[in-house]
Amino acid sequence: METYNITVNGVPKQVTVDPGTPLLWVLREELKMTGTKYGCGIAACGACTVHLGGVATRSCVVPVSHVGNRPVVTIEAMGDDPVGRAVQDEWVSLDVVQCGYCQSGQIMSAVSLLKSIPKPTDTDIEESMGGNLCRCATYTRIREAIKSASQQLKS
Amino acid sequence: MRLHRMVLLFVSLAAVVGWTSDPPPESQQSASSKTTVRTDGLAAWQQVYSVLTHPRCINCHTATNYPQQGDDRHRHFANVVRGPDGKGVPALQCVTCHQEDNADSTGVPGAHDWHLAPLSMKWQDLNDKILSSAEVCRALTDRSKNNNRDGAALLKHHAQEPLVLWAFQPSRRIDGSMRTLPPLTHEEFVEVTRKWVEAGTPCPQTR
Repeated sequence: METYNITVNGVPKQVTVDPGTPLLWVLREELKMTGTKYGCGIAACGACTVHLGGVATRSCVVPVSHVGNRPVVTIEAMGDDPVGRAVQDEWVSLDVVQCGYCQSGQIMSAVSLLKSIPKPTDTDIEESMGGNLCRCATYTRIREAIKSASQQLKS
Repeated sequence: MRLHRMVLLFVSLAAVVGWTSDPPPESQQSASSKTTVRTDGLAAWQQVYSVLTHPRCINCHTATNYPQQGDDRHRHFANVVRGPDGKGVPALQCVTCHQEDNADSTGVPGAHDWHLAPLSMKWQDLNDKILSSAEVCRALTDRSKNNNRDGAALLKHHAQEPLVLWAFQPSRRIDGSMRTLPPLTHEEFVEVTRKWVEAGTPCPQTR
C-alpha cells in the first residue's frame, strides 16, 4: 500500500491504496464519489471518463500511481463549470437520458469536446464521442444536446 | 620434411586464394570494398524492414485516417481517428485510453506519448498493402519525410523511442494471450539498424 496525494475537483485528497488501483476505484471506493461509473473496466465503453490534466481519460485504466500532479475533474464538478453546466442543462432540456448509466461519461466527453472545439460539426461530435457507448442508443439526442449546448455557450 | 610439406601447403593455398598474384589496383580494391559494404548494408536493411512492417509497428504507421489493431491489422475499435496531430481528437485522444505502461489487467497497451506516426512515415498504401522494401527505405531516409533524421538520429529513434521499445514488449491482449513480437529482438533490431546506418543507409534499387 502507498499513500497518494491527488487533487480532485480542486480539492486535495489523500488516499492509501495499492499503486495499481485504478483511479476509478479510488474515486468510487476510497473517496465515495460515485458519479463516475464502472462500465467495462477495459477502456472500451467510456462510462468512467474523467478529465485528467485536462484530457478526457478512462479512469478504469489509470493506475493511481500514474496520476501524479495532474488534476482530476469528475462529473461532480460539472455543475459549477460553465461548459459543464450548459451541457447538463441541454441534457435535461432535450431529455437525452434513457437509463442514464453511461451519461456521466458522455457528459465528460462532451465537455472535453466543447472546450476544444466550441462549434463542433457532426463529424467532430461523431469522432470525439465514438468511444462512449450507450446501450439505450441515445446517440442522436446526445448529438443534438451537444450542438444545443454549443449554441447556448455562444450566446 | 614436415616443414617442407607445410611450405608446400601454404604455397598451394596461397595460389588458390590468389595471394601470390599481384594485388588488384587500388581503385578496384576500393570498388570491391564499397560493393561489400553496400551488400552488407542492404542485407541489414532487409532485417530492419522485416521489423518495420510487423503489425506491432505498422499498425501505427498507417496510410489511413485511423490506427489499426491486431495481427490482422483491422481498424481500431470505436472508430478512433488520427486527428490533426496523430494523437486523436479532443474527447478521444490516444492517451484517453493508452497510459504510460501496458495495462496487463485490461489488455490496453501503453507507453509514453502514445500516438500515430505521421502520414509521411506510412509503411502501407491506402489499400492496406505493405509498401515495398525500396519504398519504405526511401521514405525512411528522406529527411523531408522523417522529421529531419539523419542516420544517427534514425538509429537513436530505433534504440530509444518509447513506442519503438513498446513493440518489443507489447504484453498481453485483452484475452490474456501474448501479443506477437517482431521477428528480431530489440537488441538485434538496433544492431542491424547500426549496420545499415554505418553502410550509409543504402536502399534497394527496385520498386
